[in-house]
Amino acid sequence: MSKAAAIDIASVSKVYGTTTAVEAISLKIPAGSYCCLLGPSGCGKSTTLRMIAGHESISSGDIRLGNTVVTDLPPAKRGTAMMFQSYALFPHLDVADNVAFSLKMKGVAKDERRARALDMLKLVQMEAYAGRRPAQLSGGQQQRVALARALITDPEALLLDEPLSALDPFLKIRVRAELKRLQTQLAITFVHVTHSQEEAMALADLIVVMNDGRIEQAADPRTVFEHPATAFVARFMGDHNVISGRVAEAREDGITLEVAGGGKFSATGKPGEVGEVADIAVRTDRVRIGDTPEPGFGFTGIVTNIEYRGSSVKLSVNGAGIEDFTAIVADVDFFANPVAVGEAVPLIWEANDAIVLGRLDS
Amino acid sequence: MTAAIDDAIANPAALKRTRRPSRFLAALPSYIQATPLALILGAFLLAPVLMIAAVSFWDYDFARLYPDFILTNYAETLGSWVTWRTYLNTLKYAVIVWALTLFIGFWVAYYLAFHIRTATMQMVLFLVCTVPFLTSNIIRMISWIPVLGRNGLVNTTLIELGIVPAPITWLLYSDFAVVLAMVHLYTLFMVTPIFNTLMRIDRSLVEAARDAGANGWQILCNIILPLAKPGMAIGTIFVVTLVMADFTTVQVMSGGQSASVALMMRNQMSLLQYPAAAANAVVLLVVVLFMVAGILRVVDIRKEL
Repeated sequence: MSKAAAIDIASVSKVYGTTTAVEAISLKIPAGSYCCLLGPSGCGKSTTLRMIAGHESISSGDIRLGNTVVTDLPPAKRGTAMMFQSYALFPHLDVADNVAFSLKMKGVAKDERRARALDMLKLVQMEAYAGRRPAQLSGGQQQRVALARALITDPEALLLDEPLSALDPFLKIRVRAELKRLQTQLAITFVHVTHSQEEAMALADLIVVMNDGRIEQAADPRTVFEHPATAFVARFMGDHNVISGRVAEAREDGITLEVAGGGKFSATGKPGEVGEVADIAVRTDRVRIGDTPEPGFGFTGIVTNIEYRGSSVKLSVNGAGIEDFTAIVADVDFFANPVAVGEAVPLIWEANDAIVLGRLDS
Repeated sequence: MTAAIDDAIANPAALKRTRRPSRFLAALPSYIQATPLALILGAFLLAPVLMIAAVSFWDYDFARLYPDFILTNYAETLGSWVTWRTYLNTLKYAVIVWALTLFIGFWVAYYLAFHIRTATMQMVLFLVCTVPFLTSNIIRMISWIPVLGRNGLVNTTLIELGIVPAPITWLLYSDFAVVLAMVHLYTLFMVTPIFNTLMRIDRSLVEAARDAGANGWQILCNIILPLAKPGMAIGTIFVVTLVMADFTTVQVMSGGQSASVALMMRNQMSLLQYPAAAANAVVLLVVVLFMVAGILRVVDIRKEL
């Protein structure tokens, strides 16, 4: 339908007065990929999206879309289309006129623009609602209309600002499958801002984790999940125990970490200097209840909380200088050998389930 | 009351017994709350209007009123060409003043709502707009006289600059002066509701329009103007009803050379022709109500209220 464009962000910053919302980020989003900007609120992900869209001026740096530098172009000249968080449908226009709005601005004749709007509504299965006002639609329907309105401009990249946040959890999952299908069908670049790591993992080809106006990690979902680059990413993605301490021993393929007031833990990854502060991550679902912890790959701690989750059981354990260490144990394993709150339990994991986390130089 | 409900929950058989008195009791506070306003509106709006309507059918001579049911007052009012000309003149003022206040009011409100960035500054500038209203209507009107008069500020300046050889006479005591004073008096009634509507427009609509390629003018015509319609309608109702009922401005600023419906009524009253004035008032009321109904048919203002 249209050619996708790669987006190239080169050391872009956004400064409001004395506060820096986005600090010299660089990012390449390949053409035709589904990219999710992920992070907590206030991390600069929306600002980044709005800078790509042209609704926010760029303080320094450049943005390229395909082969054009779009830094100073108005939104409509960039080949991007934006879908707003609250959908921003025009309340005084019916669905078809909402979708046809950009064509009207271009001066397309009324019959033609209504016809093209109907085609676009068919794509999102909303043609039956063409004559309704936005206020008469449900949240999910409004979202589809907003999508059709953005797509009718035939964009090379579609920018979505938290498109699913206004939907109920059930609808969220359905709509996100539709978004993915639509992206595959249209084969254009999607940039999607979200604060839900589940959403990002389900949709993205490229996850960009942002914090404090900077990019912590940009990689495919599997890499982000299995090899979080920093402690922030590991914590934000969840399912990781982050252990902080000082490097006690540096080997070729990893380090041994000494936790203040407690045990020593080994992890594989980039070695650091002895004495440096470092973080390691242990996957919560790889931790097992063992017999005797192997030095460096386990510890014995006191169970502080037990949560039954059906197929698994979540244990919270304190010990060896670590607070609130989480272990997700398969239900069969747990009930074969149950423990109670307050009891000591030996936890173990395999050598390659513990990895060294990097730090952003500040 | 809660006790009655608790009781009803505990003992379903009690529900039937308690339902009737409890429904009356439940409604009672609402009636009591509505009473003061109903009394005030009844005593100061409904009763006078009914009285005027009744008096408009009475007979009168130079000294007395005679309770009666005659249609002479209406026949005289509607049959006189003076009435028709006066109505036409008043409507002319209404249309001109409406057009000017709408134009000025919209742009002032637009500037306040979209070009002033901080909420504090918006409020400060809005209050500045209301400063003239700290003085009375009459004083604001009369202050125009030294400005517009034969030897007033404008004429003196123009003559001294050599732009005109002799004082311009139509500045004061003319339709121009009437319209000028009315626009001055009533523009704020247009600014306030329009400003209110514009402030409610979601700013992301403007961004969405820009994203769709609309330029500033297109955004104004396609997004802001349609969404500002309810505010414009409310402002229009204010201005039209005020102008239709105005007599002081017309009298002072036209120097008695122009007439308005309300002025005609006042003259009738000073001649003690109360029934004639009442008939006139009823006609004016009907005309204005039709105008308001017409405005409400064109624009749905419900979402503003």
